[in-house]
Amino acid sequence: MSNSSKRSNLRVMSAELSLLSRPDGSATLFQGDTCVMSAVYGPGEVRINKEQIDRATVEVIYKPRSGLPGCTEKSQERLIRNTCETVLLSSLHPRSSVSLTVQEMQNSGSLLACCINSMCLALLDSGMSMKCLVAAVHCVLDFEGAVFLDATDKEEKGAQACVTFVFDSVDKNVVMVHAVGKYSVEQFNKCMSVCRTASADIFHFYRETMTKKLKRS
Amino acid sequence: MRETPLTNCEKDFVKKSVAENRRIDGRQPYDTRKAKITFGVDRGSCQVQLGQTRVFAQVSCEVAEPKPSRPSDGILFVNLELSPMACPSFEAGRLSDYGVELNRLLERCLKESRCLDTESLCITTGEKVWSIRVDVHVLNHDGNIIDAASIAAISVLAHFRRPDVTVSGTEITIHPIEERDPVPLSVHHMPLCVTFAFFEQGKYLVVDPTDLEEKVMDGKMVIGMNKHREICTLQITGDIQLEKDQVLRCSNIAVVKVTEMTELIHKALDNDRQVRASGGKFGFAESISIEKVTSNQMKGSEINMEDAEEQASALVLSDQDSETPSDTIEDEETVVHVLNKGVGSIGQGGASQWTIDEEEAEKMQTEVKFKMTRTKSAHKNLPTATDGDLGDNSEEEETIVLGQDMKIISQQERQNSQKMQTKTGDVKMKKGKKYMKK
Repeated sequence: MSNSSKRSNLRVMSAELSLLSRPDGSATLFQGDTCVMSAVYGPGEVRINKEQIDRATVEVIYKPRSGLPGCTEKSQERLIRNTCETVLLSSLHPRSSVSLTVQEMQNSGSLLACCINSMCLALLDSGMSMKCLVAAVHCVLDFEGAVFLDATDKEEKGAQACVTFVFDSVDKNVVMVHAVGKYSVEQFNKCMSVCRTASADIFHFYRETMTKKLKRS
Repeated sequence: MRETPLTNCEKDFVKKSVAENRRIDGRQPYDTRKAKITFGVDRGSCQVQLGQTRVFAQVSCEVAEPKPSRPSDGILFVNLELSPMACPSFEAGRLSDYGVELNRLLERCLKESRCLDTESLCITTGEKVWSIRVDVHVLNHDGNIIDAASIAAISVLAHFRRPDVTVSGTEITIHPIEERDPVPLSVHHMPLCVTFAFFEQGKYLVVDPTDLEEKVMDGKMVIGMNKHREICTLQITGDIQLEKDQVLRCSNIAVVKVTEMTELIHKALDNDRQVRASGGKFGFAESISIEKVTSNQMKGSEINMEDAEEQASALVLSDQDSETPSDTIEDEETVVHVLNKGVGSIGQGGASQWTIDEEEAEKMQTEVKFKMTRTKSAHKNLPTATDGDLGDNSEEEETIVLGQDMKIISQQERQNSQKMQTKTGDVKMKKGKKYMKK
């Protein structure tokens, strides 16, 4: 892909649900070449020291492709966990644990967005009750101020700023923002409205995927 | 999370069926499950499925200092991770005994068989060598992790390409992939593990056990072998004693299985090479079939950037608009009115607007009495519990009374749900006094 033309659509998304036999819910999501696999166990037994009497304990484990998780991986894990805790109706399952594992398999840009989207699909697959769905969209600002939606790793490298937005499915409000680099308020708002429009595609994709899985053929 | 233990019925069922030369998934005792190898977009990543067992392997490399005992040898590091994704009883970051056993077995199989030529990984003797790291992540555990892991580890090493290096004098240049074609590692042979599970003191044996069979078996034997019929590893675990001819029989079966599997790996590698050369599509994304009900694909629709820009500017305008009135509100509303001792209010409103008429108040009174009896009974219960005198008859009677009270209260609560809230505060106060008296 040439860097001069700005991309204004999401890359091809493909997903597979329930592909692992052990977990209660699992999903692999591809956004272009980026690939993430997520699995959910729960609600299940919780360790006494992690027990919360009014809600389920949400555990998220992010596994990098190679090596041990470092600082960046831990912060990514935290972002995913916070998003997950926001949407999950954990108060329905007090004194239990929900454990989520997110495995990075291929990073070709927009990794965090792919992680959150695959997490959402895995939760959908597991049948856990949620307040709403979430869709994460990543975009990149280059030095001329052009917006690249769902950027590849090459585009990320030559970028002024990288921003990831997470929207909810009800009011399309921002649930989480992760931004790196320099940008003005106008640029940020532009990115947000572009990503918000793109998030509709992802919600449509969720709906289609679930309809395909659950409909009688 | 703990794993659900196997019931005795299930155990007996597996044992019985093995004794009758049958298996739960319909295989013959010497059959292995269907294996599938898929390679990723990057060189050095692959996924192996062995029935429902699924592992993912990734190779990474870096330049490091060699070990002082072997100054001209590169370093091979093997790491097998039992991810909590595979099974709820696996914990992240901490290695269980089972994890250590598998890790050591895989490491021994790859390193001690010298399948990878470590001398070719040397850049300058005693100073710089390539350190190759293989990470194997178990994604789904349905028995026989070691076989799947050994297939994944060796195919991923054969698939990997490291950056080219040139040495001129003391200057070392590592060429990026775009500049020069990366070099494959030299893999001499492919050691693969084959697992045999034994039942009833080695009377019955099955190849490639599932998770269910692994839980029931008495012991197992793992043979690491390459297609040249050379045994690279042999491990026997569990409480079984095997005879010599049994070990020989197993090694003969292993020869067949290893030959089949090596062919499959070569075929998968060839396929991948051809697709890459012809410029076709490759990677994990191509391996999933869209026809399945559980999978789906979507092409992103075009988004109008100009519309977005307009929306963004509208957003900025609305932000600016909202700023001015919010300031004025603040000026008016930040005055705090003190209503009572420790009670303040901001803005309009003031004290509670909830009025209580006489009829309601009377009801409340009776309610409080009910509550009082409840608190009393609760009090009587408390000390008996702490004394440990649970067999007291009087206590049981008390609880019955308590139950009735609760019913009445709950009915009344429904009648005047709103007013209740103001009164409960009072009851609590009285409760507190009771405690004080005691």
